[in-house]
Amino acid sequence: MSEIPNSFTLDGQLVPFEPGQTILQAALAAGHYIPHLCSSPELKPHGSCKLCTVVVNGRHGSACTAHAMPGQDVQSDTPDLNGKRRLQVQMLFVEGNHFCPGCEKSGNCKLQAVAYDLEMLNPHFPHFFPQRPVDASHPDILLDRNRCIMCEQCVEASRDIDGKEVFGLAGRGLASHLVVNSPSGLLGDSALEAGDKAANICPVGAIVHKRVGYAKPIGARDYDTLGIRAQARAAAEGEGP
Amino acid sequence: MTQPTPSLDQVLPPILARHGNDPTRLVQILRDAQDQLEYLAPDTVTALARALNIPRTRVESCVEFYAFLHDQPRGRFRILFSDNITDRMLGNQALFEHMLKRFHLAPGQVSEDGLVSVGLTSCTGMCDQGPALLINNMPITRLTPRRVDEICDLVQSGLPLADWPSHYFKVEDNIRRAEVLLGSGFRSGDALRAALARGPEAMLAELKRSNLRGRGGAGFTTGVKWELCRKARADIRYIVCNADEGEPGTFKDRVLLQSFAERVFEGMALAGFTVGARQGLLYLRAEYQYMMPHLLAVLERMRAAGLLGRAILGQVDFDFDIDIHLGAGAYVCGEETALIESLEGKAGRPRIRPPFPVTSGYLGKPTVVNNVETLCKATEIALHGGAWYEAQGTKQSTGTKILSVAGDCERPGLYEFPFGVHVSEVLAECGARNAIAVQVSGASGMCLSPEEFGRRIAFEDVPTAGAFMIFGPGRDMFEMALNFADFFAHESCGFCAPCRIGTGLVQKMMHKIAAGQGTRYEVNEMLRLRELMRTTAHCGLGQTAGNAVFDTLQKFRPAYDRRLQDTDFIPAIDLEAALARARAMAGRDDADAHLGAQA
Ligand SMILES: Cc1cc2nc3c(=O)[nH]c(=O)nc-3n(C[C@H](O)[C@H](O)[C@H](O)COP(=O)(O)O)c2cc1C
Ligand code: SF4
Ligand code: SF4
Ligand code: FES
Repeated sequence: MSEIPNSFTLDGQLVPFEPGQTILQAALAAGHYIPHLCSSPELKPHGSCKLCTVVVNGRHGSACTAHAMPGQDVQSDTPDLNGKRRLQVQMLFVEGNHFCPGCEKSGNCKLQAVAYDLEMLNPHFPHFFPQRPVDASHPDILLDRNRCIMCEQCVEASRDIDGKEVFGLAGRGLASHLVVNSPSGLLGDSALEAGDKAANICPVGAIVHKRVGYAKPIGARDYDTLGIRAQARAAAEGEGP
Repeated sequence: MTQPTPSLDQVLPPILARHGNDPTRLVQILRDAQDQLEYLAPDTVTALARALNIPRTRVESCVEFYAFLHDQPRGRFRILFSDNITDRMLGNQALFEHMLKRFHLAPGQVSEDGLVSVGLTSCTGMCDQGPALLINNMPITRLTPRRVDEICDLVQSGLPLADWPSHYFKVEDNIRRAEVLLGSGFRSGDALRAALARGPEAMLAELKRSNLRGRGGAGFTTGVKWELCRKARADIRYIVCNADEGEPGTFKDRVLLQSFAERVFEGMALAGFTVGARQGLLYLRAEYQYMMPHLLAVLERMRAAGLLGRAILGQVDFDFDIDIHLGAGAYVCGEETALIESLEGKAGRPRIRPPFPVTSGYLGKPTVVNNVETLCKATEIALHGGAWYEAQGTKQSTGTKILSVAGDCERPGLYEFPFGVHVSEVLAECGARNAIAVQVSGASGMCLSPEEFGRRIAFEDVPTAGAFMIFGPGRDMFEMALNFADFFAHESCGFCAPCRIGTGLVQKMMHKIAAGQGTRYEVNEMLRLRELMRTTAHCGLGQTAGNAVFDTLQKFRPAYDRRLQDTDFIPAIDLEAALARARAMAGRDDADAHLGAQA
């Protein structure tokens, strides 16, 4: 049990939290990184990538959906959990078609950044090589489903922030795929605009802006100099009390 | 003769009106529309989205999620062979091939005249009378080569299904061993009368005293669940009866609904009375659609008898009625929060828990979700009291349990035993000799080897939702694990990454082993994936999806070893075969166009 109310321990370190915060929110605010992909500070917890899985009082759970409680014992940075996370990232890479060297998002991509952080050296599993259509019908935005990891951040951002419901997830199992709300099913016929949150939130290169070709050179991109873990820490210090 | 397809303007308005233009009834609307239009074309999806004032993506998401909703023509006769391992053990594959050959079709293909398609589907809940199939959602059981030929003839004659001889559609109960639930006569209304006499608080106390635990799998204490719902602050509460029964090998809820429907519905009313709910919803799996007319008639009878509707049994402030929702082919919709999503007209993806349904369920209101059998058990407690109930079974698992026995035995069917019965006793009773394995509680359950037949069916030892599949001498347990690997990959809802991708990878590896290309490498990889899914998947489906592979690897290792290559790893790609297309395109087949004997 911890001494201070409204705090829990994360890998043995005391983490304070505000009532209502999830374990992930509290950890990030205190400068502790827990790998995560589908959650964003601007959206409601979603809990689908399961990268943030931690062990809370002996039981597995998602840090992004589990509420912080006083005295919790949370394990995150363990060889077992990190091994599982590496496996999960490898699975995401073989599920879609990720050719990083040819992707505009390379260097700014959270999937890639998490893979580096977890020291993933290869995709490990045979690729599924799914056939997924690219949608270039929109004047400003390209939707390349080959790189989609089904995190549904665009779905939620469009619904909850833009108030438009441009995107949805359809199908099931490995056949799950992103669909667009327009009679033709094409992005060009939808209400999406380049300034929408949904057009700017994708953690990978599935929703990218057209005519932005390597404006920032490789080597100078988001995660090129500072890894995703170090950035999370820096962000907490910047905002910290 | 194909009739002209009716136009959308004719078909949709009456359907929408019947469902009050209510988007939460989307799954029901889509089912009704498909019944008339044969399939749900893009125009239909657009029209429905517009009429219901919801994003088109939501309609599309539903159509693509449910196995029994189609966005392409499927033929006037849509035939689906049940493909559980028990159907396979009874020879469904040869019958399936035979039918495909007669119609000159590939699996899932629609005949050119639009008459018929033949495919496979997950277990249809007819394991005691398999092999079985569904034709336009009507079950035909006890298939033989002759029966299959007769069906083919009837299809080719074009005779509408409604005019086929009714004996084809007969579904047996096969109750082999009855105790308090299946055996005692039940006078409709008695349980409710007893509950009304007690009052809700006392009813709850009896329920808690009985220590009744849920029969749907998880074994949560029913009294606690009802109390949480009753205490949750809200204006409206709901009672949901989970009749999704999708677990392969389970068919007891089918019999309870077929022959004990009054009791099931009375259990729901009883729950409504106890927790203070006025509306009940029965979620019936699509495979049991054939029971709809019967169930609706029972509801009518009960309303006429004053057991449903307003002022039930004369109690002025006790109103309760029941509505039936049909599923559309998705195992995951048995998971209670996915079920609620489906009830609300959405794809069945499990919600984040907490909040649990008892505080925030259907339409965000406190909701009790109970299995069909659990609700029947509640009527026993209303009639006889908690102490009487608690005296049966074991300490932690009170009462009796209905087992759905199928596979290699003389008398497949339903067996009601007090909890605590030994596996060996069940085997003896159903006439199963020299069994080599029993798969308890379906594909997500536990595989027992003969050394474990002394174990007991109870939450504290071998828990079960009811399935009991028996494997006799000579059966190959790898085949079972392979069948279940296919099942989970097909049924994963796709919401969470570990299950969506993990079930797909396990399926690929199992097929690689089946093809004789597997090594110990794949075996170890599958164990890793199982552990990942068990600990990180979002719902019970993914958490248990690797169990059958894990159990059979522990207990029936020779079934794998026989298939494994004695080397570290061999790639799945067959280079020689991969060149076949290039050879065909180049019109070559000489020795130099092959990789040679060493390849
Ligand atoms: C994948 C999955 C499928 C399930 N299928 C069913 C089912 O078909 N019927 C059922 O009663 N419970 C099923 N359950 C369990 C339900 O989530 C829930 O626990 C149950 O309906 C509660 O009722 P009970 O307390 O009466 O058992 C399933 C659970 C999972 C994870
Ligand atoms: S397009 Fe991007 S944001 Fe949307 S679901 Fe796919 S990966 Fe997530
Ligand atoms: S475990 Fe499987 S079925 Fe359950 S939510 Fe995840 S993907 Fe869906
Ligand atoms: S970040 Fe928690 S599940 Fe994706």
